[in-house]
Amino acid sequence: MTPLGTLAAAPALATIGLGHFLVLSAVMFTLGLITAATRRSAVAILMGVELILNAAALNFVAFSHFSQGTITGQVFAVFVVVLAAAEATVALAIVLAVFRGFRTVDVTDVSTLKG
Amino acid sequence: MPGVETFVFYGLAALIVAGAAGVAFSRNILHAAFLLLLTLSGTAGLYFFLGADFVGVAQILIYVGGILVLLLFAVLLTNRIGDVRMSNRHVGYATTIPVALLVAAFLVSAMSLAAWPQTTPVAAPTTARLGDAFLREYLLPFELVSLVLLMALVGAMVVARRAVRERGDADEGALPVAPASSSVGGTP
Repeated sequence: MTPLGTLAAAPALATIGLGHFLVLSAVMFTLGLITAATRRSAVAILMGVELILNAAALNFVAFSHFSQGTITGQVFAVFVVVLAAAEATVALAIVLAVFRGFRTVDVTDVSTLKG
Repeated sequence: MPGVETFVFYGLAALIVAGAAGVAFSRNILHAAFLLLLTLSGTAGLYFFLGADFVGVAQILIYVGGILVLLLFAVLLTNRIGDVRMSNRHVGYATTIPVALLVAAFLVSAMSLAAWPQTTPVAAPTTARLGDAFLREYLLPFELVSLVLLMALVGAMVVARRAVRERGDADEGALPVAPASSSVGGTP
């Protein structure tokens, strides 16, 4: 339907399929999960969350690439990137505020409600 | 025979997995932050590999250029540089890793059982189509995202401004024990 679909020779991705990207993304997600679950520093937990978001965005782009004619996956990937930026900004501001109150960012030490 | 795409993909995948494993298991939080750079750059490379040029550039500009610098700022502002070696402690590997492996096994088995419809991919510039989609189909989410960004900007400024003011107050005392809660939100 779209003229963009007809031009541009298809890159020979025959060896690398959708499954490769899904497995890689699952590995990245799992490592992010381990990071977010085991780290005690709030900044390191944020890094794990970024890994998880990256894995999801990679899935979106891979699905978009392997389903012809749609660009919705890339739209979602851009949304993921933008929302990750907003999330990182606010979360790091909160981390700085927590550090000001508790003199630590160790989440196992930050256990009182009234700092 | 494997083409050049295979080598590019596995190279980028090795970069990503090595970086992510470093983030997950490194004992030094600065190393973890710099290894996250590896993962994010590798993901951007995979975006280019997948023909998503705009998303790849956005990934480099926002993630590598913005979020990672923010993370490094947070690391340097909140961890004492002297004991950086003990800065990235961990807890509960014994339970987390089996659970995470279970999750990974579930994900991989689910994606191998599902029959994904696959069409032959096309390489075409995507920026014009993305802009078209943003301003037609996804106009409302697009505007909502800009609202969210504005709110995040203002919120982060509010929190950070309070932190700066109290740090300025605390510099006069020897050791800040508790934040002066009366000055919060008061007159500067």
